[in-house]
Amino acid sequence: MENLRYELSSTRPAGGTRAVGLVGVVASGNLEVLLERGAAPDRCVIDIATPAHGFAALWQAVTADFAARMAAGGLRITVNDGGARPDTVALRLAQGVRLMEKPE
Amino acid sequence: MTSPSPTRHSWYEESARGRLAHLLDLGSFTEFLGPERREFSPHLGLFNLPHQLDDGIIVGTGRLDGRPVLAAAQEGRFMGGAIGEVHGAKLTGLLRAARQLKRDVVILFDTGGVRLQEANAGELAISEIIRATLEARAEGVRVVGLLGGRAGCYGGGSLIAGCCSALVISEQGRLSVSGPEVIETNKGVEEFDSRDRALVWRTMGGKHRYLIGGADLFVDDDVAAFRAGALAALERPSALDQAVLAAEQARLERRLARFGDAADGAEVWARLGVAHPAGVPDLDTGAFLTIATSKREGADAAR
Repeated sequence: MENLRYELSSTRPAGGTRAVGLVGVVASGNLEVLLERGAAPDRCVIDIATPAHGFAALWQAVTADFAARMAAGGLRITVNDGGARPDTVALRLAQGVRLMEKPE
Repeated sequence: MTSPSPTRHSWYEESARGRLAHLLDLGSFTEFLGPERREFSPHLGLFNLPHQLDDGIIVGTGRLDGRPVLAAAQEGRFMGGAIGEVHGAKLTGLLRAARQLKRDVVILFDTGGVRLQEANAGELAISEIIRATLEARAEGVRVVGLLGGRAGCYGGGSLIAGCCSALVISEQGRLSVSGPEVIETNKGVEEFDSRDRALVWRTMGGKHRYLIGGADLFVDDDVAAFRAGALAALERPSALDQAVLAAEQARLERRLARFGDAADGAEVWARLGVAHPAGVPDLDTGAFLTIATSKREGADAAR
């Protein structure tokens, strides 16, 4: 298992009041994303566990793009990967932020 | 076959969390040991396999048409819904709570059985779950199983289902101790071709199980139909005494004598008196239930 951690700058704070959100499942080509609050309001911390070794550069690019585009400030995100493609990862991360914005 | 109504929402296609959300009263579910508690498998990392934060099962409490119930839902997409140590312990704990609280339980099965990477722990977990199920039922608690998931309900999962007070199944649901691949691996492709989906459904699918009395209620692959089915199943008796077991033993002996040498589900249906057995897989739910009501073997309280 390869464990990666990215502490990213995200200028817009995450919306909503929900404390915890979960999207996706750990299955082939899929991933689960757990979103919690607690990082500094202009930071987004992402912890990734992936069985596919050697893709750190891709993860870095996808997560940096996510943190720059989405209102992800203050989120602590945990990713358990099942071998998802970068586009699936990007969609799941965006879906997670939307879920956190929704009223419970 | 009639086309599904536009409002139909597939149970089979839903996630475990989605099924719970549609089954229970809106917003009534409270999860125990949710993903943020990180109670995941301690074993999968040894195999360089990813864990899931809820270990593939969601347990908690909610309401079903106002009635308090405990609920568990297996996620068939994570490792085929297989039961490992933590997954099993969450279900055992829920059933023990059910006994103490005297609160009925609904289990949304979606499992291939024991998780092979933690087989010993998984086998023990199955035993503990069965014991907890029977102990809860001995206190009058109803344990209802819903069968309509992608992974079906196989192996140890099918043994747990067999101990439930009532089972609700859809055509998509499959219930069997040995799965198609297991039979093919052990007995050869001449005995069972696991890629023959029609054969799989004729021998393990929801219609077959309902016709031979292996499930109590047959419903459409629809979240609202499963909700209605669960409510109806909760009205059925939970009694598990010597008389029920003796009746069930006699019924299984009759079944074996009647169908033991049948080579295919369609042959079993013919012996049940179904006029056009080959057409059963194509019947829509209404037409199927009309035939099934008069021809099926009645399930006793145990099965």
